[in-house]
Order: sequence, then structure tokens, then C-alpha cells
Amino acid sequence: MPATKLSKTAAHDHASRVFDLDQMSLRELNQALHNLAPGSNETAWEVLNPKGNHSVAVGVDQPVTIDVRGSVGYYCGGMNSGSAITVHGSAGPGVGENMMSGSITVKGDASQYAGATGKGGLLVIEGNASSRCGISMKGIDIVVHGNIGHMSAFMAQSGNLVVLGDAGDALGDSIYEARLFVRGKVDSLGADCIAKEMRAEHLELLQGLLDRAGVTGVKPSDFKRYGSARTLYNFNIDNADAY
Amino acid sequence: MTYRNPPTTPRKSATFDDYTLSEIRRAAATGIYDIRGAGAKRKLPHFDDLLFLGASISRYPLEGYRERCDTSVVLGSRHAKKPIELKIPITVAGMSFGSLSGPAKEALGRGATLSGTSTTTGDGGMTEEERGHSKTLVYQYLPSRYGMNLRDLRRADAIEVVVGQGAKPGGGGMLLGQKISDRVAEMRTLPKGIDQRSASRHPDWTGPDDLEIKILELREITDWEKPIYVKVGGARPYYDTALAVKAGADVVVVDGMQGGTAATQEVFIENVGQPTLACIRPAVQALQDLGMHRKVQLIVSGGIRNGADVAKALALGVDAVSIGTAALVALGDNDPRWEAEYNELGTTAGAYDDWHEGRDPAGITTQDPELMKRVDPVAAGRRLANYLKVMTLEAQTIARACGKNSLHNLEPEDLVALTIEAAAMAGVPLAGTNWIPGKNGF
Repeated sequence: MPATKLSKTAAHDHASRVFDLDQMSLRELNQALHNLAPGSNETAWEVLNPKGNHSVAVGVDQPVTIDVRGSVGYYCGGMNSGSAITVHGSAGPGVGENMMSGSITVKGDASQYAGATGKGGLLVIEGNASSRCGISMKGIDIVVHGNIGHMSAFMAQSGNLVVLGDAGDALGDSIYEARLFVRGKVDSLGADCIAKEMRAEHLELLQGLLDRAGVTGVKPSDFKRYGSARTLYNFNIDNADAY
Repeated sequence: MTYRNPPTTPRKSATFDDYTLSEIRRAAATGIYDIRGAGAKRKLPHFDDLLFLGASISRYPLEGYRERCDTSVVLGSRHAKKPIELKIPITVAGMSFGSLSGPAKEALGRGATLSGTSTTTGDGGMTEEERGHSKTLVYQYLPSRYGMNLRDLRRADAIEVVVGQGAKPGGGGMLLGQKISDRVAEMRTLPKGIDQRSASRHPDWTGPDDLEIKILELREITDWEKPIYVKVGGARPYYDTALAVKAGADVVVVDGMQGGTAATQEVFIENVGQPTLACIRPAVQALQDLGMHRKVQLIVSGGIRNGADVAKALALGVDAVSIGTAALVALGDNDPRWEAEYNELGTTAGAYDDWHEGRDPAGITTQDPELMKRVDPVAAGRRLANYLKVMTLEAQTIARACGKNSLHNLEPEDLVALTIEAAAMAGVPLAGTNWIPGKNGF
């Protein structure tokens, strides 16, 4: 890593590192993030001029904060393990795909497949998310302040998807054990996804998710809960029409 | 004495043969399509339909036991900082933990490692058994992403993006409830005992342009160290190969319809996809047209059984082959020693394919703790290594007879075909003629 390309600005914490993607390559950025040793004091990172680059800050496995000043392309924060990424713009497809832990916050909107197959951590979309939000999610928590598109939470296995706005068609199609909370209307539910009773434990869980996502002024009781009817868990020919 | 007209011999329909009739009765009784393991069982044009010419006045052979015949292959030299170097061009194909028992996965790792080759995870994540016992392990990146995680991605030696497989191009995975044990359920983040349906499409990319971006992400995550394979089922081998190359693959894996599956509908296995033999030349042609033959390596799988198959595949332009079903047989699958138990399951050794039911007498395709004890990973691994060694020696024998000091020097000119179909598919002359169907306007 050429030292001349690193800058430490007075405007930031002494340990912050600023990467300008107009000046440095994506490869250099990701390599520098991967080179972080446990306990490094370089805990605050800032990425300038992302300009829709794909794979910004992917595979980070240290508990650092990364502020991305602008919009990103595909797979920002992919497989994130422990870092806290904030995208000060919108995110392209697959933001936070397969996230293991940590958090990603998108200040703008997110494209398709936000949080796809995520195993853990928290993904917050402060705008809207497009189709297939939370597809095949496996433990991640996703909070969307706006609306989500069609086929969201398709084959969702585990974790929680919270939507303050509306959901598109076929929500939760072929869902397993993920929990879906939607405050607005749902255009339609997918195969084997049903509305479920919101019990005290769910209200408590939801409040915790809203708190973690920094959502205020919204009551858990305003939401409806959706999940699996579990009728497709074991094959039965009389359910064939559901497929 | 009364005269009786001579009867005709009872004649069964070729169309409605015994198997077909039994399937109609089974479907009528159960209301469920037939699910089974393994690949296509129907008779297909295959490597048996090709012959090597051997040496003659114009070609002289190498001395069988004196002159070296190289078998090594490097995979992933296009972009990866750390390409894989294998001693033999025969790899072990992806088979999941879940479909296979832990001891069986360990045995595959042991056998592959003893032989200087790689083995591959499957649709169930990476287990300690196989990582620990596999010197070179290819980590599959599948639509389901079961068990996919950053740590395992980084401790893999290569990554295989699975778009499809030969037994079911366009189909997703299936693992029935009997095999979803506590451990399998945990690795897949699923409830125990359910019939697991895994997706047929990747959740976060569609099409070749997205695939290019996905491959970029995987390279960035792993710092461009690891070879990235793209595996496709034998559907459109020319275009799939070309698109995989365009998307940035280091290695293209093409799996023909004889390639096995853990569990898929019989109708899918037997009616979708192309035979392995039909896939090779189009895939090689795509690489040649792009100027990428030998730069992007081609692995072919589906029905590879012996060194002759290996040599024929390589002669047609393949860089390496992969075995799955044959590797399981080497471990002990379908062994006649379990005949009495196969009979109890309504089948016979050699025909057992209900791998999804988890009752495998050989202890390989099961999660039953008692049955899986029947696989001794050390002994089974040794058998696999022996088998791989024999295949390699066989291929070398043929290559030397053709005058080649490397398996990769075998070429289509060394081959003829026994049937018009095989000649057309392989692009080699029909034996005794100089006719290649489809070439030169004929």
C-alpha cells in the first residue's frame, strides 16, 4: 500500500483512514480492510467517491466503522463479519449479501436482493428496498423504513424482516422459519406464508429491532406478523397446487 | 386328437416396457413423482463408442514403463494468485454433507489427498471432516448458500460457483426429511426433519452480466487468491462455456446428464440435459473460438469410470475430469456384500439409487449413526486412492501407446468412433472412414 495514497485528515479521528476511490483502486481498499489485524486502532474508515463501484468493503472481518460517502453498486458489504458500514447514498443489488454479523445502514434506497442469504447482523435500509429483499435469509435482521418489492423473503429460513411501509406481491413465498413484520399493506402473500398472531414475545422482539435500527415514533402494535404455515414442510400430493 | 392353432409368444410392448408399467403403477399408488439418486441410467452415446487408434508406422509409441507420461494439471491459472496444482487430472466432484455421511466425506478427502487431487464440498457447507482431510478442497457456491460463510470461503482452495448440474440442469436441490438430522439442520439453518427444497436460481444474481459482478465480489473477498470455477449442467455447453469465460471464470466445469445427484425426480434425470459426450466438443470449441483453450481450464464430469474415459475426455480437449458416482462405488456404494439388505429395500446391489431415503446399507448416503459406522474413512479413502491410481495408470498406458508423453497431448486425431452418433458428437471420424458427420457439408 503506497503511503502517499493514504490521508489522515484533521476533520476525522486520528485513527481514521480515508480512501478516495477516484485516487485508489477498489482492490487496494478491500485489501487494506482485509489486512486489518485484530485489535488494530484503525477503527474508522471513510470511502470517498464510490460512484457505483461494485463490491465496496466486502469480506471485512474486523469491528471497524466504514462510512461510504455516496452510492454503491452491487454487493456492498458482502459477507460482512463484524464491521459497521454506513452507505451515505443508495445501494445496488445484493447489499449485505450473506452478512455474518455487524451492521450495514443504507441512508438511501436499496436495489434487489438486499440482505440475501444473510446469516446474522443488522441491515437497515432507510429508504425503500426493491424486490427479493431478504431472499433466503438465514438469521439476519433487516429493517426497511420504506417499502419492499415483490418476492421479498422468498425461502426465508431464519431471522427477522421488518418493513415500516408496504410489501409487494408474493411476500414470504416458500418461507421457512423467518419472521416478517409489515406495518403497511401487503399486496399478496406467497405460497405457505400466512398472517400470524402478534403475541407479547413478538411485540418485545419487534421493539428491540426498531430500537436497534434507530426507529422512533413507531409502535410495534402497528405491525402485522407473517410467517410459515408449515404446510409445505413435508411433501404431500394434495398440496401440489401450492407449488 | 384335436388340432390347436399354434399360439404366438407373449409379446411385451417396447413402448410400455416392464419398467414403464411399474412406474405407472407406482405413480397411481402414491401420487408422487419418483425421486432417486444417481444420474441418467438410459443407454446413451458415451466414451465406449470411441476407440483410440494407437501407434502405427506413422506414430511411434513410448515405452510403457520407461518413458515418462505426465499427468499433472494446473487449474486456475487465468486470474488466481494461487492456482491449484494437481498430480492427476481426475478430481472428486461436489457431493454434499447431508446427502453423504460424515465418514464418507472424510473418506473422499483422504482418497483425493493420497492421490494428489482435489475434492469438493456440496450443497450443505464445509465440514471439518473434509477440510481436515483434504489437502485441496473446492468450496461450492450454490443457490441455497447453505452453510456459506466467510471463514470457510477463505480456507477453501478454490471456489466453484454452481449454476447447474448434469442430472438436473435448471433444477434445485432436494434433501428429504429423513436425512435432515440435527447436524444437517444446523448447518443448513433449517428445521429438523423437513423436506428441504433448495433453490434452482442464485438469490442475488441472474444472467452472465450479474455473474461477472458476482465473481468479482468473490475475488475481492478472497483477495484474488483462489481459482473460481463455474459449473454448469450439460444444457447449452457452447454458450454456457463462452458466457462463463466472459464472466471471468478460471475454470469451467461441464457436467453431463450421467452425472449423479443425491435426489432428483426420475423424469428430470432421464429427460433433461445432454450426454457427457455431446457436451465436450461444443465446450472445447467455445474455448477455442475465444482463444482461451488451455488458458481457462475445462473439467468434464458425468459417467467417467476408468482410465480410457479419462484419456478420451482429455483427447477431446478437456483439461481434467471429475468423478462422483464412481468415487462412491470405490468407497463401497452398491457393494454386493450388502445384497440381503438391498433385497429388503426392494432392490439389488448395482441398482440401489434411493439415496434420498437415508437407509443406505453401505453407510454412505445416510445420516443414520449406525449405518454410517460401516464406512471406515481410512480404508475407504485408501480404496478411492487405489482406484484413482488405477485410472491414472490406465490413461497413461493409452497415452503412451499413442506416443504421448503427457495425457494432455492426446488429441482428437487419436480417436475414431464406432457409431455415427458418437462420431457426430465427438467430432471424430467413424471408424474405417474419414467421415465426421456434420463436417464438410455432410
